[in-house]
Amino acid sequence: MIARFFLQNMDRRGGIFLAIVLALALLVPLSNLLMPAGSAFHVPTSTMSLWGKYLCYALLAISLDLVWGYCGILSLGHGAFFALGGYAMGMYLMRQIGSRGVYGNPVLPDFMVFLNWQELPWYWYGFSSFPFAMLMVLAVPGLLAFIFGWFAFRSRVTGVYLSIITQALTYALLLAFFRNDMGFGGNNGLTDFKDILGFEVQAQGTRAALFSMTCVMLAAGFLIARGIVVSKLGKVVIAIRDAESRIRFLGYRVDRFKLFVFTVSACMAGIAGALYVPQVGIINPSEFAPANSIETVIWVAVGGRGTLVGAALGAVVVNWAKTVFTSGFMAPYWLFALGGLFVVVTLFLPKGILGTAEALWARRRRPASAPAAEPAPAE
Amino acid sequence: MNAPVPGALTSSLLYLDGVSVSFDGFKAIRGLSLTIAPGEMRAIIGPNGAGKTTMMDIITGKTKPDLGTVMFAGTVDLTRLDEAAIANLGIGRKFQKPTVFDFHSIEDNILLALKSKRTVGRTLFWKTESAQQKRIDEILGIVKLADRRDRLAGSLSHGQKQWLEIGMLLAQDPKLLLVDEPAAGMTDGETAQTAVLLKEIAQDHSVIVVEHDMGFIRELGVKVTVLHEGSVLAEGPLDQVSANERVVEVYLGR
Repeated sequence: MIARFFLQNMDRRGGIFLAIVLALALLVPLSNLLMPAGSAFHVPTSTMSLWGKYLCYALLAISLDLVWGYCGILSLGHGAFFALGGYAMGMYLMRQIGSRGVYGNPVLPDFMVFLNWQELPWYWYGFSSFPFAMLMVLAVPGLLAFIFGWFAFRSRVTGVYLSIITQALTYALLLAFFRNDMGFGGNNGLTDFKDILGFEVQAQGTRAALFSMTCVMLAAGFLIARGIVVSKLGKVVIAIRDAESRIRFLGYRVDRFKLFVFTVSACMAGIAGALYVPQVGIINPSEFAPANSIETVIWVAVGGRGTLVGAALGAVVVNWAKTVFTSGFMAPYWLFALGGLFVVVTLFLPKGILGTAEALWARRRRPASAPAAEPAPAE
Repeated sequence: MNAPVPGALTSSLLYLDGVSVSFDGFKAIRGLSLTIAPGEMRAIIGPNGAGKTTMMDIITGKTKPDLGTVMFAGTVDLTRLDEAAIANLGIGRKFQKPTVFDFHSIEDNILLALKSKRTVGRTLFWKTESAQQKRIDEILGIVKLADRRDRLAGSLSHGQKQWLEIGMLLAQDPKLLLVDEPAAGMTDGETAQTAVLLKEIAQDHSVIVVEHDMGFIRELGVKVTVLHEGSVLAEGPLDQVSANERVVEVYLGR
């Protein structure tokens, strides 16, 4: 029954995506660890970690596509759930430092010693345990999304108003996490990590394992999101996107369906954030910046909204381009390029890269089966 | 005026008494009273702005009345429930402008309407049983869309969308159907077919039909209620109502 839920009506697009992601999970770490550094088949550790970061963004993009592409909820605050998952992981990593910090305090992280705190705040309890921290990675974003969604969806806040309050949510968290007395390291955030599950975070083997795990979670996130959107619940959710008031008159409680997908999506974003933090080595309040959430929307729009695979593709393509552009003479113009990309995609590729590519593919194949469908262009 | 007779509440399927609602000072419905018996089919006519659609909004929970009683099956106070709860009680609605789910196939439109538990868990792990599939096929046959079942609903013509929406109402299997202008935008042939279809449906459901097309009302051959400025102007068989001087003055005579 579980297999049926995840694999029903698997299309070719989804199959190819899963195959690529799972192949990456295996081949990239193997090539990194086994191939000699000079070999053409060797993936350097820095490249692997960079791509690990892109794949975390891909998972975030899939989570956003689930609510925006399928349910029509344009969340401009999904970065908040990503950052909260990241902070939960960061808190675990901070507790693993132990007495190896600059101040050598066995219990308190450095920033707390610096602030002259005497004991660990209650909300840091339990984070020395990996299972507890992983539970929080899901529970904190999930609970926030549930409470936020409960009020927003029951009061039937939709459209641009909902987008604005999601933006306000992430901005409020940004300001809160900047405060030193919140106990999350203020504007420096959490960093200087040493171990994860007893393995050195910086070690090549750990980085390879983190990359693999990211691929596996991306595949799992995709399967869950796909299982949801192809189920009857997915049909209800699409119907909410297209004719919200109509589906109420069929007896569906729109607020509950929205709450379900929004909460699932927030948990997924939290996992993405938790995988991101050990690979980049830091989490700070800038992850809550409204611009990050808006950028995520751009990835989804560029890749193809309402396709899941397209969202992941968009995240990777845009971030890869960002790395290329921001490292050369083009660096000062990156934001213009990003803005321009969004305008171009909105105007000329409303279905995104994936939607457009599939339309072209379908057009190329059609003449073979039905030559009369398209007249040959005049000379 | 048309105060319901004593005992009407318990014997009726739908009971409206003294219902009023105003929007920004404009009284859309004023003191409307109406009862529908179980199994009855009723036609409602009236000029634009008479309150026909607002009345449907009140019955289906979209609009809350300022005053008055709205009871279903003698015991359920509809003014306390929201749209989804009212739909699940067994009141289905077809809108004036046909609204189907354009990005779903015709078959999926019927599936979404099909009577079933509407919870998150049930829909997430849904599996269409063979009896349900049979019912979907049957409905697709009734509304003559069986050969187009995989096409997107958005590709249908106006008249076909009207029929699809009637099919969705059938799938909901409600006790009471509210049908707003089912013949609008249809050819004469389609209109006649729609009348036949509604009469078939009325054999085992209660139906309220709002319609402007007098020929269509005549074909239905049922009791008619004339609304004017938010209350009932006349009620009775079509011939009797259309002979009423006030009705001729405000509606038919124009």
